[in-house]
Order: sequence, then structure tokens, then C-alpha cells
Amino acid sequence: MHKELYVSVSPHLRSRISIQTIMWSVVIALIPALIGSVYFFGYRALLINGLAIVSALGFELVTQKLFGRRITVTDGSAVITGMLVAFNLPPGVPLWIPIIGSAFAIIIVKQIFGGLGYNFVNPALAARAFLVISWPQLITANWLPPQSGFLAGYDAVTQATPLSLIKTIPDISVIQNLNSWPVLKNLMLGNVGGCLGETSAVLLLIGAIYLLIRGFVNYRIPLAYIGTVALLSLILPTKLSPLFHIFSGGLMLGALFMATDYVTSPLTTQGKWIFGIGCGVLTMLIRLWGGYPEGVSYSILLMNVATPLIDRYTRPKIFGETKKQ
Amino acid sequence: MGKKQKTFGFKGGMQPPEFKSLSAHKYTDKAPIPKKVWRPYIQHTGIRTQPVVKVGDYVKVGTKIGEAQGYISVPTHASISGKVVQLEEIDHPVLPKRTLTCVIESDGQDIWEPSVKERDYSNFTKQELIQIIHDAGIVGLGGAAFPTHVKLSPPQDKPIDTLIINGCECEPYITADHQLMLERAAQIYEGIKIIAKILDVQKVIIAIEDNKPDAVLIMTEAVSPNKEYTVVQLRTKYPLGAEKQLIKALLNRTVPAGKLPFDVGVVVHNVGTVNAIYEACRYNKPLVERLVTVTGSAIKEPRNLWVRLGTPVYDLINFCGGYTAQPAKIIFGGPMMGIAQYNDELPTIKGTSGIIVMTEQETKIEPEGPCIRCARCIEVCPMNLLPCELNNFIRKKDFTKTKQYNLLDCIECGCCAYECPAKIKLVHSFIYAKREIRALEERT
Repeated sequence: MHKELYVSVSPHLRSRISIQTIMWSVVIALIPALIGSVYFFGYRALLINGLAIVSALGFELVTQKLFGRRITVTDGSAVITGMLVAFNLPPGVPLWIPIIGSAFAIIIVKQIFGGLGYNFVNPALAARAFLVISWPQLITANWLPPQSGFLAGYDAVTQATPLSLIKTIPDISVIQNLNSWPVLKNLMLGNVGGCLGETSAVLLLIGAIYLLIRGFVNYRIPLAYIGTVALLSLILPTKLSPLFHIFSGGLMLGALFMATDYVTSPLTTQGKWIFGIGCGVLTMLIRLWGGYPEGVSYSILLMNVATPLIDRYTRPKIFGETKKQ
Repeated sequence: MGKKQKTFGFKGGMQPPEFKSLSAHKYTDKAPIPKKVWRPYIQHTGIRTQPVVKVGDYVKVGTKIGEAQGYISVPTHASISGKVVQLEEIDHPVLPKRTLTCVIESDGQDIWEPSVKERDYSNFTKQELIQIIHDAGIVGLGGAAFPTHVKLSPPQDKPIDTLIINGCECEPYITADHQLMLERAAQIYEGIKIIAKILDVQKVIIAIEDNKPDAVLIMTEAVSPNKEYTVVQLRTKYPLGAEKQLIKALLNRTVPAGKLPFDVGVVVHNVGTVNAIYEACRYNKPLVERLVTVTGSAIKEPRNLWVRLGTPVYDLINFCGGYTAQPAKIIFGGPMMGIAQYNDELPTIKGTSGIIVMTEQETKIEPEGPCIRCARCIEVCPMNLLPCELNNFIRKKDFTKTKQYNLLDCIECGCCAYECPAKIKLVHSFIYAKREIRALEERT
């Protein structure tokens, strides 16, 4: 026998799905929302997305080279981070903001902690939190009315999102109007003011369903998150309907694409339910009684930090386990 | 059709591509008698055999060349007639060490021990039957190679109510059990009756995966005389053929961790083992040959062959038309749990159910990426473990945590490593850790 043979440990067959497969599928799932953001908010949406994505790739390449690590920019994870950083920004932000956001997300939250798989919180949300703290007026304002003009009557560059309206204008007639079908329809389609990627529930759902079919997103976290928000909006003292709470703000984007980030959410099945419910509870608490109009990003960040604890206490029983250790 | 009996499935598992069409539905052949056979003295789970021949001895087919030692051990027999030319430590195809091996050179003829002949076995008692099976050197032919006589002697305090005949063959590529069921259904039926008599069991279930509908039909026909014997068709899912998963899927009984099927009143036997039991009782024939699937896209005519134990792999590959491409990997067993070999000269042993030859393209070994905590490994683990967490602890050499997270319950099925998108060598990690833990325990 003159030739050489590979001697490796079983299994000798591998699935064709790789990290790249999963990451690029998520990118594809986000494209409908990307197109929607351009449709509703114009060319600025494209610029912000482009800058965020290119910076994310660039910063990852530079950091990996500096740290002497394998260059993995083609795996698609930096593209996702860039897109999500952009999706969390108002359309009117200065164009240097997405670049700084990507820098924070990629260099500090992701690469310094060890790269893919090692970030302890969602990079895009952490970047948003950093930007909000550093330049609050730029990130909590700079809204643009969508092309088709929900709130067209409002001269509202500072308060043009539905949730921020609720916090500051508790006028009953406005609230009754907000639970009506035309308003809900606009919320679902994305015809409202808000951050670039968060407005169109329909487009986000299309992407999420694609990922569900391919088996690249677990249904438990979105179901628990959205379900908890709906349930709490019936129980807690809010005059807004469950549908309004579900489709407004960043909930759809958060529940479908941010809370479901593999690295920062629990591994165990039970843990995923707890995580989703926890996010839902925190989101409603912040929305109703917190200082901010929207609670999605902080809820998810807080639950991210709780994830290792959740994992430790939700270990499943092994096959044939007779007593709990 | 198999009787529509309720089945329960098992959690976890996955469905890899089958590659069974390479070797399926071709009538089995007898591989030619090799010029030399290599018979390691350890080919089964348990204590190794003690040689009872020396260099220069002449042996016939069926001559005992090794004596069992202790209870969990079986004798070994010559698989060709000829002269013992070597008795020394040689590399073992499956164990990571050299073992004492008996090398026999063929005399060019095929002379059997005269005691191997047809007889009436209907008057043997249970004890005599168990002794026959032990003396024939029969072990589980599904791959684990556990001495069969032990599996036929459950302790008094563990009553058995169901016998399961495992015709699942859940590993890809391998079709030996499938062909056996198609060609030897009647013999398997006789073998089942023998086992049922030994265990004093009325209820027998023959389990077959639904990718073998013709085997289901033929086996149903073969066991139809006995109303208590049913053939159940199960949804194809790897690793359904693993004992514990099979028992769960058929009877919804969970074998407790660390225990055996005996503890839930069940005994499981592979169809190949059943056939060997029949031949031992009917013909006094020891285990000297078995059906092996020689397959893979790198050989010309993949098929199932009756192989004399100890035949070197290159003989079998040559008989199958030789290599069509540069072989990059040769596996003993199935692709999910089989052992890769470093050359094609190593011999087949009792547990070798398949030989798979893969091309360079099929053998692509990708570099490991970081764990992205996607939990796909957790979804497919049939033992409900957390493979990615275990791997984390192992890489940090935290063996205490590893034991705490139940590493020792891993059956090394390979589902986790198959699914992992980062191509992390999970099973490799676990096998390494199990050895380390065992070594640590031995030191203390």
C-alpha cells in the first residue's frame, strides 16, 4: 500500500451546512427589510447601511490581522453586524455615526473578547447603547417621516415614532386612533417613523420565515418574546392593544433577529423559553414605566448578560437519568 | 406489510445521506479464500482469548485457535485451513495498540473440521444451547462485538418479556443486514426461535427501518407462522439501531443511565448474530465468516461479500474490481462510528460490518471554526447531552466538569459532529476525554 490515507476520528461524514451557510442565510433574510428601509426612507438608508457594512468588514479585517488571527471576513457575520447596526439607527443620523457604531460592535464587543462566538452581548445592540449614551440627541431624534406619510401632518423630527408619541402625548383621542386598523396596517407594513430596519414587521417576518424553514433560527425565543409582550399588554395598564405593542418600535426586529443571536442566547431548550419571556417582561416594563420610549435593546442586552446563568440552571435531563444531581 | 404498531420514536438523531444504493440489491457473493488470514486474539468486548496453537501447527476451518478467558470472553477459530505461520503482536484494526495475532497461511484447500456438520438441535436444553453459542465464538455482529452468550443469560432477578431483533442498520453505506434479511429470512426465523427458547420469551419484535420495505415484506412472511412475532417498520433515523434508542422507539421504555436492556425486561440481538446462532446450532459451525459490505465510490464494484474472518482488506477490494480512484480513507464499520485505517492491509474481524473506501473529495477535512452556540449539536444528541459545553470543558482540561455534564453517557454516535457548522471535532474530543478520565481514575 503505497498511498497515504487520512486517519481521522469518526464521524467521517459531515453536514454541508457551515458557519458561512448560516451567516449568509441571515444576511439574505435581512435583505427584504433593507429594501424596505430604502423604500421608506430613501437614499440615506442605503448610505447608512453601506457605510455600516463596509466599516464592519474593514474593522474586522484590520483587527484580525493585528491580532494575528485567521481572517474570516467572508463568513458573513460582520455583514450581519453591520446591517443590524444600521437597522438600529434613525434615518437622519450623520454619516459618521454608523462607522463608529460598527467600530464599537466589531472591535470592542466582538474581536477584543475573542472574535466570533465569544461576544458576551449582542454587538449591534451594544453599539446602539454606546451611541445613545455618547450622542443622545443624534440617536433619539433625526427621524424622517416615511415616504407615504404616516404622521405627515406632524412637524415631528424629534418625536416621530409611535412609541415616543405615547410617552409624551397621552391625549385620549390620539390613543384611540392608534389602535385602529389603518394605523396598525401602517405599523405592520413599515409606513411609520422609526429606525431604519425596525419599521416593517411584514418584511422582517418574511426573512424570519425563510430562516425558520431552513432551520437557522429557533422559534422558541421569538415566540416567547412576542407572546409575552402580547400577554402583558392585555394585563398591564396600557391603553395600547397587543397588536400595537407587537408591531411598533423595535420589537419585531429585536425578537426575530437580535434576541435570536446564537452566541448571546441560551443553548438549552428551557433556557430559550426563559430568555424570551424575560426579554418580553423587561421590554414592557421599560415601555410602560421606564424613562425610554422603547425597551427592546436594553431588555435583550440584560438577558444576554443573564444567559450563562440561565444555561447553568436549565441543563436538560440526560437519556435515562434517574435522579437529579 | 409490517403490522401497524404504535412506535414512539426517540429524541434527537438526524438523517444523513444514505449512499446505500452503491451496494444494495446485489446478490451476495463469497469472497475468495485469502492466501493468509490475520486473527487478533481480541475481537470482542471483554477479555481477550488465550492462544491454544503454536507456530507450525496445522489447522482446519473451525479448529479452535484461542480459548475464552473468564465469563465475558469467547473462543476464536481458524477461518481457513492451513498452517500457523506467525503468533506475534501486530497492529490491531480497531484498538489503538498491538495485539497478539495468529497468522494462518492457506493450504490452498478449504478443509473443515469434521465436527462441523448438520444435526438436529431441537432436543438441546437452554444451557446446552448457550454453551454451543459460546463455544462457537459468537459475538454481536452489529458492531459492538459483545459476547452473545452473556446477552442470552440475564440474571435471575431481571425477567425478560420482549426480544427485539435489530434489522435497522441505521449507518449509511452499509447494506449487509438488509441483504441478509432478503436472502436468509428463513434461517433468521429459525435463529429467532432458538433465542426465544433460551430466554423463555414469547413476544418478539423484528425492527426494520422504512428504507428497507422489501426486507419488511420478506421478514413478515418468514415469521408469519408465529403470531407473537411481529415485524415493525420504523421511520429511518440515525442512530435508531443503537440499543437504547431502539428500545425507546419500539416500547417507550428508557434504559436507565449506566444500566442494560435487561433492566427494562428486553434483550436486543442483531440479525447477523441471529443467523450465526442458527448456523452454530444447526451445523455446529463456529463464527469464521460474516457478511461485509465492501463499498464506497473509490472501488469499482461495491457489494456485500461473505468474508472469511481475517481476510486483509486489499483482497476484498481487489475482488470488487479494485480502486477506481486514489483512495483517501478506508473505514472499518460505518461512516458515522467506523474507524479509519492507515493502510489497506489490516484484517477484517468479527465486528467488521463494512469497509468503506472514500475518495479525496469525500474526505475533505475542514479546519475547525469557533463554536457559535447554535445548539444544533444539542438538538441531535440522542442522549440529551450538551456536546458544545462538554467540548468547552475538555479543551480547558476541566475533566471534573466534563464528568459532571455526563460525558461518560456519550455513545459516540457522531450526530453532534456531523451537524456542527463549525466542523468542530466533537467525537474526537470526547474519546480523548474519556481516556483521560479513565486514566485519572486508575491513578487514584
